[in-house]
Amino acid sequence: MSGPSSYVPKLGIAKWLDARLPLPRLMYDSFVAYPVPRNLNYFWTFGGILMLMLVSQILTGVILAMHYTPHATLAFTSVEGIMRDVEYGWLMRYMHANGASMFFIAVYIHIFRGLYYGSYKAPREVLWILGVIIFLLMMATAFMGYVLPWGQMSFWGATVITNLFSAFPIVGETIVTFLWGGYSVDNPTLTRFFSLHFLLPFMIFGVVILHVWALHVTGQNNPTGVEVKAVAKDTIPFTPYATIKDAFALVLFFAFFAYFLFFIPNYLGHADNYIPANPAVTPAHIVPEWYFLPFYAILRAVPDKLGGVLLMFAAIAVLVVLPWLDTSKVRSMSYRPLARQCFWAFAVTCVMLGWLGSRPAEGIYVTLSQLFTALYFAYFLIALPLLGLFETPKKLPGSIAESVLGKMKGGSGAVVGAAAPAEPNTKG
Amino acid sequence: MTLFRTSLAAFAAIMIGAFSAASLSPAHAAGGGTKPPAHDWSFDGPFGTFDRAQLQRGYKVYREVCSACHGMSLMRFRNLSQKGGPEFTEAQVRALAADFKISDGPNEQGEMFERPGRPSDGFPKPFPNEQAARAANGGAYPLDLSVIAKARNYERGFPLFLLDIITQYQEGGPDYVKALLTGYEDPPKGVELLPGQNWNKYMAGNIIGMPNMLNDGQVEYPKGPDGKSPVPETAKQYAADVVAFLMWSAEPHMEQRKSIGRQVFIFLLLFAGLLYFTKKRIWSRLPEHAPGAAH
Ligand code: HEC
Ligand code: HEM
Repeated sequence: MSGPSSYVPKLGIAKWLDARLPLPRLMYDSFVAYPVPRNLNYFWTFGGILMLMLVSQILTGVILAMHYTPHATLAFTSVEGIMRDVEYGWLMRYMHANGASMFFIAVYIHIFRGLYYGSYKAPREVLWILGVIIFLLMMATAFMGYVLPWGQMSFWGATVITNLFSAFPIVGETIVTFLWGGYSVDNPTLTRFFSLHFLLPFMIFGVVILHVWALHVTGQNNPTGVEVKAVAKDTIPFTPYATIKDAFALVLFFAFFAYFLFFIPNYLGHADNYIPANPAVTPAHIVPEWYFLPFYAILRAVPDKLGGVLLMFAAIAVLVVLPWLDTSKVRSMSYRPLARQCFWAFAVTCVMLGWLGSRPAEGIYVTLSQLFTALYFAYFLIALPLLGLFETPKKLPGSIAESVLGKMKGGSGAVVGAAAPAEPNTKG
Repeated sequence: MTLFRTSLAAFAAIMIGAFSAASLSPAHAAGGGTKPPAHDWSFDGPFGTFDRAQLQRGYKVYREVCSACHGMSLMRFRNLSQKGGPEFTEAQVRALAADFKISDGPNEQGEMFERPGRPSDGFPKPFPNEQAARAANGGAYPLDLSVIAKARNYERGFPLFLLDIITQYQEGGPDYVKALLTGYEDPPKGVELLPGQNWNKYMAGNIIGMPNMLNDGQVEYPKGPDGKSPVPETAKQYAADVVAFLMWSAEPHMEQRKSIGRQVFIFLLLFAGLLYFTKKRIWSRLPEHAPGAAH
């Protein structure tokens, strides 16, 4: 999609720079002239939202780091000092803590969008895998960030999760000692987590650049899953169309963010993390942050520790090979009646796993966790490989333009959500 | 329903379900604690503010009762006059601080000395260390109360925990502590308590090292113009007042947070509205969005 550049520098200085470092040209081609499919719906605005959330996390994080003390005896008090004595420190801290949750809400919507519209399929495999890498880095960052306030959940969450690595034969113990910087979670663990928590977001930033680069090579997928055929007919320029739509969605998302941040800032957190870390007292229930719960449920579904750890990693690894597991040529689930039902069953499965992750690992909860873990993997390993072979997809529109404009000519009076210019499903 | 709307609804449900599942997890009400009743706090909801007189009374209860055992290490006397809190006058704060003897030093002779407290001093600790605190309390530890109102919660259960997003219920901690302070009962038949143990309806596991500390008439409240205290001098009232004080100490900038929040939230909604109409206008240049097109 990144065809010949249409940038024409006008000012003398712009021409001068263009001949030496064509940065304005890159910006122009990427964010002004860049052609986007004309039928994108609002699920396509989450990429931009994620970009801003990353910037927001880095800005608030850098300010927090100016006032935070990474030491086992001082970390908790320094975070409380931020909340009380630093001007607008409470704002920075609540923005950062709730921002992490918003970041994950956005990334989950973004991922499910990709799953539904088949955005992982050729030629977007590398783009998709880069996304999975960002997701992994985000999880590592958030996990280590949660340790920094050094409350009870920080400490015990870190203990439980780092202990998982001891399940690996032979090297396990060495890895754990290495993570801890000693023989238990203690000050060396906190200081190395702080250092890495500072570093990883910038690595995420780097991978995001690759992700966007890959996007601009293949172009965006769209709700029909039909590739752009004629740029003039099927696409519209990024500016002003996508810019204004993204801006609207972004501001709406920030209103949602603000609601949590200002009115219920501790809703997504855990009360126990306002108790200073105490290695002598284990909390009644150790639960990770909400965004890890589905994976936590998979981990605990297996009675064997190593098995649980492997399965948990497999739950993410399976996303990497997904482009080759889905055998269907049709991208969008809108044209795959059976696969679509499986998709929604999968979505429900993820919610159930999230719920189970928050329950104690006992009795019926374990059985249910096993059932839903099986369903989770079944979607990738059974449903998607087989459906591509047996399912008869619905007829695809000839082109994006036809799916949008054809409907108009057909004069179907169907009222389409303002948000979804293209509504292939209501067609005819 | 169009596919878009169905999927939007489903996504919303999934997201809300998944992220709220976290708050299902029991915090401290595990095993045996009865769910505390909800109290009508002045500080709940998007317009909630602290009641200055209540916070001042709450400080008096803390000072005269709780401070014998519990420290509040994150609090300084000067906080008592800061905006959004009890808002004692600076002169009052100087007097409240001077009530305490603070150990300071070393002086030029290298010796420690005692002096009256100043507004910049922290609230004094009742015990020099945890061991001394335990020894004085039959082995139980009277923990620091600075952020206790946020460090306790109880399980809300489905579907309340979802409704809490809309009703903005954030007072699980204060409700629990208030109920706890007035939740002492005789143990059920057949339960033998050890010396120093007490039975509390709301405590996790019901057995608590802290005895009932609040009794009617125990703390004298400032009198109104008619020579009587404007609020009843009862254990219930003491509990509500001291908990309001503890909530403020856990979240001293709550009023500022909510007032900025209201402005930011309304601004963002209005801005989003303007952007929506701008977007519609710009997109109407496209044939499929032109007025009169099928949508
Ligand atoms: C005689 C000493 C003493 C006094 C006075 C006292 N407490 Fe306690 N308090 C304790 C002890 C000891 C514990 C620890 C109990 C345990 O862990 O079993 C405790 C625990 C608590 C807890 C934590 C309960 C939980 O959920 O773990 C709260 C809240 C509390 N006290 C509030 C107060 C308030 C408010 C006051 C003043 C009205 C007060 N206390 C006065 C000794 C005291
Ligand atoms: C990918 C982006 C990021 C994510 C997802 C993230 C996530 C988190 C989380 C979940 C916490 C714990 C919040 C709490 O309960 O208090 C936290 C704390 C913290 N983070 Fe980040 N963070 C990110 C980026 C950064 C950056 C770039 C910095 C610094 C340069 C930073 C510095 C800090 C500090 C100092 C704390 C401890 C203070 C506190 O607990 O509020 N973070 N982070």
